[in-house]
Parts: sequence; structure tokens; C-alpha cells
Amino acid sequence: MSMKKASVSKRRREPLTDSQLLMTITIGIFAVMYAAAMIFMGGGFLRTQQFFDLLNDNAALIIISCSLTIVMIGGGINISVGGVIGLTVMACALFLNNSGIQNGPLGILLTLLLALGIGLAFGVLQGFLISYLEIQPFIVTLAGMFLSRGLTTMLSVNPVKVTHEGFLALVKNRLAIPWLGYTAKNGNLIPAKLEIGAVVALLIVVLVYFMLRNAKLGRHIYALGGNQQSALMLGINVKRTRFISYVISGLLSGLAGFVFLMHKPAGNASVAMRSEMDAIAASIIGGTLLTGGVGNVIGTFFGTMILATIQKIIALSPLNESWWQEMANGAMLGLFILLQSVVLSSRKKKARTTS
Amino acid sequence: MQGDAVLTMRGICKSFPGTKALNHVDFTLRKGEIHALMGENGAGKSTLIKVLTGVYEKEEGSIHIEGIEGEAHIHSPQDAQNAGISTVYQEITLCPNLTVAENMFIGRDEEMVVHWKDYEKKAAAILNNLGIPARPRQELSSCSLAVQQMVAIARAVDMNCKVLILDEPTSSLDEKEVEMLFGLMRDLKNRGVGIVFVTHFLEQVYAVSDRITVLRNGELVGEYPVQELPQVELVAKMMGKDLNDMAQLEQLGQKSVPGEETVYEAERLSSSDSKPFNFRIRKGEVNGFTGLLGSGRSESVRAIFGADRVTGGRVKVHGKEVKIAKPHDAMKNGIGYLPEDRKRDGIIADLSVRDNIILAMQVMKGFFHPMRRSDMEKFADEYVKALSIKTASKDTPVGSLSGGNQQKVILARWLLTHPDYLILDEPTRGIDVGTKLEIQKLVLKLAEENMSVTFISSEIEEMLRTCSRLIVMRDRNIVGELTGDELTQAHVMKTIAGGVRQ
Amino acid sequence: MNKRIIKKGGVGQLLIPLVALAILLIFNLIRDPGFYSIGVAVNNSGNKVLTGNIISIIDSASELAIIAMGMTLVTAACGGQDISVGAVGTIAGSIFVKTLKAFPDINFGTLILAILACCLVTILFKSFNGALVAVFKIQPMIATLILFSCGRSIAYWIVGSATPQIDSPIINSMGMTIPGIPIPTPIFGVVLVGLILTLIFRLTTLRLYTESVGVNQGAARLNGINPVGIKMLSFVILGICVAVAGIIGTCRMGQVSHKTLLIDIEMDAILAVAIGGNNLGGGRFKISGSILGAYIIQMLTTTLLAMRVDPVNIKAYKAIVIIIIVMAGSPVVKQKLTALWHRIRSGGLKPASAKGVN
Repeated sequence: MSMKKASVSKRRREPLTDSQLLMTITIGIFAVMYAAAMIFMGGGFLRTQQFFDLLNDNAALIIISCSLTIVMIGGGINISVGGVIGLTVMACALFLNNSGIQNGPLGILLTLLLALGIGLAFGVLQGFLISYLEIQPFIVTLAGMFLSRGLTTMLSVNPVKVTHEGFLALVKNRLAIPWLGYTAKNGNLIPAKLEIGAVVALLIVVLVYFMLRNAKLGRHIYALGGNQQSALMLGINVKRTRFISYVISGLLSGLAGFVFLMHKPAGNASVAMRSEMDAIAASIIGGTLLTGGVGNVIGTFFGTMILATIQKIIALSPLNESWWQEMANGAMLGLFILLQSVVLSSRKKKARTTS
Repeated sequence: MQGDAVLTMRGICKSFPGTKALNHVDFTLRKGEIHALMGENGAGKSTLIKVLTGVYEKEEGSIHIEGIEGEAHIHSPQDAQNAGISTVYQEITLCPNLTVAENMFIGRDEEMVVHWKDYEKKAAAILNNLGIPARPRQELSSCSLAVQQMVAIARAVDMNCKVLILDEPTSSLDEKEVEMLFGLMRDLKNRGVGIVFVTHFLEQVYAVSDRITVLRNGELVGEYPVQELPQVELVAKMMGKDLNDMAQLEQLGQKSVPGEETVYEAERLSSSDSKPFNFRIRKGEVNGFTGLLGSGRSESVRAIFGADRVTGGRVKVHGKEVKIAKPHDAMKNGIGYLPEDRKRDGIIADLSVRDNIILAMQVMKGFFHPMRRSDMEKFADEYVKALSIKTASKDTPVGSLSGGNQQKVILARWLLTHPDYLILDEPTRGIDVGTKLEIQKLVLKLAEENMSVTFISSEIEEMLRTCSRLIVMRDRNIVGELTGDELTQAHVMKTIAGGVRQ
Repeated sequence: MNKRIIKKGGVGQLLIPLVALAILLIFNLIRDPGFYSIGVAVNNSGNKVLTGNIISIIDSASELAIIAMGMTLVTAACGGQDISVGAVGTIAGSIFVKTLKAFPDINFGTLILAILACCLVTILFKSFNGALVAVFKIQPMIATLILFSCGRSIAYWIVGSATPQIDSPIINSMGMTIPGIPIPTPIFGVVLVGLILTLIFRLTTLRLYTESVGVNQGAARLNGINPVGIKMLSFVILGICVAVAGIIGTCRMGQVSHKTLLIDIEMDAILAVAIGGNNLGGGRFKISGSILGAYIIQMLTTTLLAMRVDPVNIKAYKAIVIIIIVMAGSPVVKQKLTALWHRIRSGGLKPASAKGVN
């Protein structure tokens, strides 16, 4: 009898959690938005390549958004990610041009290690200050942002174009998927092409998804963001968990820098300027709460895609000006924030009346 | 270390700035016993438990645990878990955003990857076994507080622990659930688990415990088998007073005789959290609301004060119809309210004792009429003295005071406004017996001075001693009103259990 | 824990920023005593003005100090920070210029009108932020992220061209100096806002209410305080501060550039609040700390410039100094240092007890 009851309760579908609900809304809105673009703007939006271009252009943003989601679920914030991208891009560009290791794969590998090393250094330093010295994450990562931007201009105030042939050759590689392509007017099949960076970004999304869902570390991060005191009492090493979340965030920022360089092989003092705010916005649109404990990286991915789609739509429309772009982003963000607030508070009210 | 001891603590010392929380305390827990740890607030029970569970680091002393060679080193809750000590705290220490199953297993496994299916299967079996009405995949925040507490217990029970610590686990459970918990405790005891049981309810101690250790002011008073320590003596030991003083407890003084004038009257008053009810109180009357936890007694008085959203009803103060929609309206009409949850709703922890005392009076004076500094000091001095609030200075943040003194500060806050009608919701909860007595005396004195008081307490004897009228609630409805000779414990119980709806 | 609470309230809060400022002052004194020389020069419009690094520091920090004051209130009441102050300040600048341009010439009357228009608009925008925070219970940083990302675009849209200029002696005297008074006018702006806030704290119960709401808004409500009102009010006051800062910034430049006006000031203002020893989680606050923080940040920048550090690299050095200051104020660091000190002192005598503590 009791066994039967258990199996019944297991099969029963649980109501959506806050995080799942918010994610579902985000995916729904993305679908509607993309469909509307297909109907009203036609052209490029009808081709898979358009979607792939969104991925190609925003690979680095997707990666740092994932990193922000991890930190935010743990109840923290990291606004140094954009700065770390800028620094990594500049350092890697200079390294490729000046290190003397010409054209071989070794040079590229070392550059990747350099990128990850810079990210790791920022992650470890910030994580230490935040977790072990208990300094406000906002202030620490703000200092991190200043430091990385300052170091970038110290390396070079002028733009640095990558001249390393091996790297430039690597960058040209595309993952071509013929069956998602289209037939051009002259009858040639043009396959849909995905850049390496986009593939990396998608891999990171999947990896982070499973890390957050199935790894011990991921669950500890959720517990930490849900209630730090409880997490401690449940036997979780709160400080170490928080530290690692910032280290991962740093590493991912470094990787994002490398991916950015693969998309645009040139260093520049203003690379990824303010992208930390886009990443925060993407996480929020995807259903991550700044208060911690709630969030989902799949939602974040679609959050990024929503921002990217708006950008594309405006770029293709007669309103192609940067200030329209910003206004649309702000409006979209406002809409989502209000929607989330209304949805969550109505759920809370419902839960209270039923209990 | 005795042969059958599972846990031995010797000479434990721990101090906080300004106080010695534990002073060479010994504690021994034997295999298969339920050991009550008793003491008033600030006696050091919580500190001792937190030292044992690795939340605090001890300064001196040693801990030995059966099966561990030499001294046990416990520096974190994780260490404690690994040493076979599991704990259920008074506050829910689970994560609301995780599932029930996850809350039962997180922080215990050493594997890098979470096996959800295993978790859920194991959790379902345990929940079923213990009869806990929760589903493994349910988010914890969607469970009621009592169920959450049971989940915490389920987690602790499943850990195959040698030592189980229950730190006031019963405060959010109703009678039936408490019985279930006791059954569980006896079962574990028979399996050889040593259980440390901390509670404020004396009857519960005598219902399940084998042995009692009493602490006072951070020092060990003694360890006694339960049958050798009658209840009165236990209280005396906890308070450090002899039996003659205890007689005072029984005779507080005369109950006041209420006047004729009706001070407050509500007709079909309802709020977002309470059902419509009628209520009136006369000048100089002390009445009480009683009922089980969740019966709606707190919600009713909150509705009177306008603390929740008022949804309907008519209210008369001194016979004049008024509108009370928010706390400020109630205050303007001479009503004061000491909330049930002192930490959450009462004190402003970081602010000074002085600011906390003058707060309500300042609000009544209005935004554009700040009080003079000298007035603030004068009022604060006056009430610190009148209520003998123990504080280092008036500038001390109220959060660093003991529970009883915090409660006195909030009392002072409302007394300063000279209300006609004062609502005290659980003013004696979680504070030491001495202060409890003081507060009850104060209530009677206020009534003598023609103030109307509503006094709510979980301990019925306290209400029987102070109130001249008791309103009994069940399932958010008033089911009876007792006065005069009806004010006996038996009568109250009977009304709670089977009273007819008004 | 208790110790931390006690420390936060007292004068001790100002200790770290005061020490930081003193170290900067002494450092400059040793580096170059001439750093402190104050001279009198004649500027382009023929006015006598005071010159020197100290004057320049106090002058240039004006916008930051004014915004930091408002930011302190919002932080205290809402337990979060407003990151849209720079953007909304730019909107204020745009409204200012737009209003002035609507009239044929700039005189005292139109100036007052423009200032009022500015304040009205910033109050509206900040009330929007305040409503999101107080009514919809959205975290301040998220609620203000909206205007952070589109505020400057709104400013651009208002004025309709990239950098509209305004040129008038009145504007010059607002941004630089008033003829006959050698002290830069923006400094008077700081004094004025500071005095008004002091007056508000004197004549109302704003401080007590704000701190109560910041520490425990549920309890504050049960004592008859309206938390929504107090939070809104903090945003409104910040709005006025932002308007004043925006006007000063615009007058200083004689133009409004939506890309550079008050750029990154939100970050500096939050830093100033933190350096001033205020808890970013809300509750008790000291506005004087934040003002001190603002001058420390500006002092640091000026010192680095005087040391011939390339302006674009200043951020890196600033980051390091900021970390040192917040570390010095961190309770954990303090605790660890005291423990270490005790261990060193008693280490030689009682190694056993040191081990016990550990």
C-alpha cells in the first residue's frame, strides 16, 4: 500500500517552479518575437543563417551571461566580466603578434591558456576578497572592472589588429550544416555556417546547464543563494562554494575574451564596453533573480537571444540608430522585470490562500 | 569518559564580546537516552549546541565522541555531520528553493554528481515511513512550516547519527505532530541514538526525557535523572531561586475589575488573513485570545491594529466610528501593538535602544515634528529605569540585548505613547521566567491604571492568571468566550476542542 | 556579530575614510609640497579665480559629492543602489539646455525655469524607479538598470543633436566662477545641497524613518511608518541631487554631450558611499562619510594625474586603492588582524592556548 502511494506521488507532475515558469515565459516571448520578425521582416529571418548569425555575433555575450547566471544564482554579482573580456582580447592580440611563436597551433594554444589564465586570476582574486574577506561583491567586481579596463589601456591605447596567420586561418573555419542551408538564386546550395566561437558558446550553455542541475557544486550554489545560513547548517562549505562560483565566472570571462577575439581579431580599449550590463539583463530576462537561488541557464540563453534579436530587428529596420537600440533594450528589460514581479507576486498570493 | 557515553563535553568555554556565554560546562550524553538540556534564555543552551555542531568554535575544553579516537575536532557543521551529529534547529534551516528530496540529502553526499532518481526514491521511502505529507519533488517553499520542520527531522533521522540534537523542534508543530515526533524519538532511542532535546515546554520534557541537564548564566547547575527532579524544582534550578520565591509565581496579585465604558468595539471585522469576527473591550479590562497555533488569534489582533489589509467591518473607538486601515490609524486612535515575532516585526535591530523606545511616539508626533534630543534621552532614561532594561547604554543597538530586554524595549515603546488599548501578542515567548513574571505583573498594573489590555500567550496558565475574559478560537473562528468561574485550564481545553461556534 | 553592529554606528565609521584621506594628503606632501599651493589667476572671462590642486579637487568632485549624498539615502532606505544616476543626470542636462534654448536669451528668470524643469523631470524619472523598488519590490539595481541602459538615449532624443552648446555669462558663472567670487561655483552647489539635507534632517524625522525602514521595514510599518513613502522620498531626493549635478556638469562644459556627461558617475557614487563606511545593505548611514568618500576618489585621481599617470590608465590604480580601503574597513579583516596580533603577542608565552583558539 505505502509503496504504491510513493510511486504514484513520484509520477505526478509537480507544478512549475518559479525558475521554470519564468524561463518558459522567456522562451515563449522569444518564439513570438522571432516569428513576428519572420512574418513582418521576412528576408534573412526566414533563413537559418540569420539565427546562426545571432549566435556567431553574440557568442561571447552568451558565455558571460552564463557566468553571470551562476554568480547570481549564488546570490552575488560580477560586473567585471566585460572588462575581463576587453583585457583578454587586448592581451591575446598582443601576444599573438609579438610572442614570436609564429603560425603554429602551439601559439594558439598558448593564447588560449593566456586568456583562461587572465580570467582565472581575476576569478581567484575576486572570489577570495568576496568569499573569505566578506567584502561586498559589487564593490570588489567594480574594482575588478576598473582594474581590467585600466590594464587594457596600459597594454595599448591604440587598436591592435591580429596579424598571426595561424590564428586568422583558424578563425576562418566554419561549421557548415548543408541541410539547414538554402538554395541561392543561381541554384547553388549555401549551407548554414556556425563559427567556432558559437559552437563553444553552445557547449558552455550545455555544460553549465548540467553543472547547475546535476553536479554537487551546482546544487550547492543554488542552496547558497536560497539561504546562506541554511546552506551552512546543511553542511555545505559556503565560503568555498562561493569562491568557486567566482572562479568559474572569471574563467568563463577569459574564455569569452578568446571567443570574442575569434569573432573580431582585433584588440581595442572599448571592446565589450558595458557588456556586463547586457549579461545581467540577459540573465534577468531569462528568469534569474538578483536575490539568488532562482535561475536557469537555458533561460539566460534565450534572454541573450532576445537581446540579440532586438538588435538585429532594429539594425534591419529604418530605425537603425544606436539610441533606438538602447531604448528598445531598456523597454524590453522593463517589460520583463514588471512581468516577473507580477507573476511572482500573484503566485505567492495564490500559495498563501491555498495553504 | 563513561562506558556507555556517546558524547562527552568537558570544560567547554566560549565568550562573546562582553559576556562569557559558557564557563567550563560539562555535558554527557549516553547511548539510547533522551537528554533534556534546560535553562533560561541566555543560559547558554544554544551556545553549547552551536559549539557542538561547529557553528561556533570553543575556546577551551574537549569533546569526545564514541568511535573517534582522542579529541573530536569540530570546526564546521560539516565536521559535525561527519562525526555523526545531526541537528534540527528551531528555525527552519533548509533551503526554500530546493526540492524536499534535495533538502534531505544535500551537503551529505560525497559524490560529485547528483543522482536525482536515487534521491527521490530514498526520500519517498523515508517520508512514507515517517508519515510526512510531502512529495519528494515538491519545492520546499510550497510546504507548510510544520511540514518543513518534519522534513528537517527526516533529514536528521536518516543520517544514521549517533547523536541527534533537537533544538526547540516543537514550536511550530501542533499537538498531533508533537506526539508523532515523540514516537519517532522513542524509536530512535531504542535503536541506541543519543538525543539532546531542548525545549521551553516543561510538560514535553517530562513526557519523553530520561535525564535533564540544567544550565544557568553559562554555567552548569547539574545533571539529574528526570524522576528525581520534580517540575517545580526544575524551574527553581533554572531560575536560581529557592522554592519560597517560586510561590510568587502562583500569586501575582489581584485581577483588575473592568470598568463600564467600552474602549474598542469591532463588528464583523476581517482582514486578508482573518475571517470576520466581533470583539469589544472595556476600560481597564484584560482579555486574552487563545487557541491552537494557526487558530487565528494573532491574525485577529493584527486585524484590530490594521497590520494586515483590512477587508471589512465596522470599528468604534470610545463609541465613535473610526476607520483603521493601517497601523498609523490604530496608533492615532490610542491603540498599541506588541507583535508576536519580536525579531521580525518588533525590534529595529541596528538602531539604538533610545531610538527603539521613542520610535512609536515620534511617529505619532509626525514627520515634521522631530523630538528634541534631550526629550529622547529623558524618555529613554525613564523607561530603561522603570522596566529595568539591562543595557550597556542607551546607544547600544537593541539587537545586541537579550530576548527579554528586547521585549521590554518594545513594551517601553508602546507605554511611552500612553495608549488606551494595548495589544500584547506573545510578550512572554522565548524569554526567561523572571521577565515573564515581571511582564505579567506589569499587565495587571496597567489595567489597574485603567488601560485596556489584550494579552496573548501560548502558556494558558499565564492567561488564566492575568485575564478576566478569554476568547477562544479555532480554525479562524471565535468558538467561545470564558469569564469568571469558567476560567480554568480544563474549561479552556474543552472549549478549544469542542466549542460551539458563536 | 554584536561587535560588528556596535562598530557600525559610532564615529568609528568615519575612521577608515579619514585615515585614507590623511594618508593621501601626507603622501602628496612628501611627494611634492607644491601640490598644496594655492594661487590666484585670471580666467578667460576676466574673473579672478583661485587655482591649485586642492581647489581643483574640491571643485571637480562637486557632482560626485552631490550625487553621493542622494545615493546614501537610497542605499539606506532600499538596501540597494541606483545605477542610473549618470543617465538621468544627462537627461536633466538635456532638459536644462532644451528649456534655455526655447527662449531668445538666457536671463535669471529663464534659468530658474530651466532648473525647475530639470528637477521636475528627474523627480518623475526617479519616482518611476522608486515605484518599481517600493511598490513592485524590485531590487534597486535591476529597477535602475532600465534607465541605465536607455537613459542616455532618451537624453539624446530630447535634444535631437549630438552636443548642443549653450553660451552665456550666466551659464559660465554657474559652471566656473561668479565674477567677484574667486571660489568655483560648483562648490557652492555641494554646500547648498548639504545644507538643505542637514535642514531636512533637523526639521523632519527623515533620518530615523529611513534607518528604520532600511533595517527592518516590516517593523517600521507596524510602528506607523510608511515604507513605500520613505523609499519613494529617498528616490525623489536623489532625483533632485541628480538634477543639480546634471546642471553643474552641463554648465561646466557649456554643452550637453549624452555620451560623456557624468559618465561612470554611478559607479563612483556607489564607491563613495562604500568608502564612507556605509552598509550597502541599508540601515544606518552617515552622509558625511559619503561626501568624504567622494573627495577621496577625486583626490586619488588628481594625485595620479599629478604623478603623470596617463589619464586612461588611472582606473587600474584606482581599483587597487579602492580594494585596500574597503579591505581596511572589512570586519573580517579587522578580526583576523586582531587575532593575529594577539597570537603574536602571546605566541612566545603560551603556544598551547594559541593552538586551542585555532
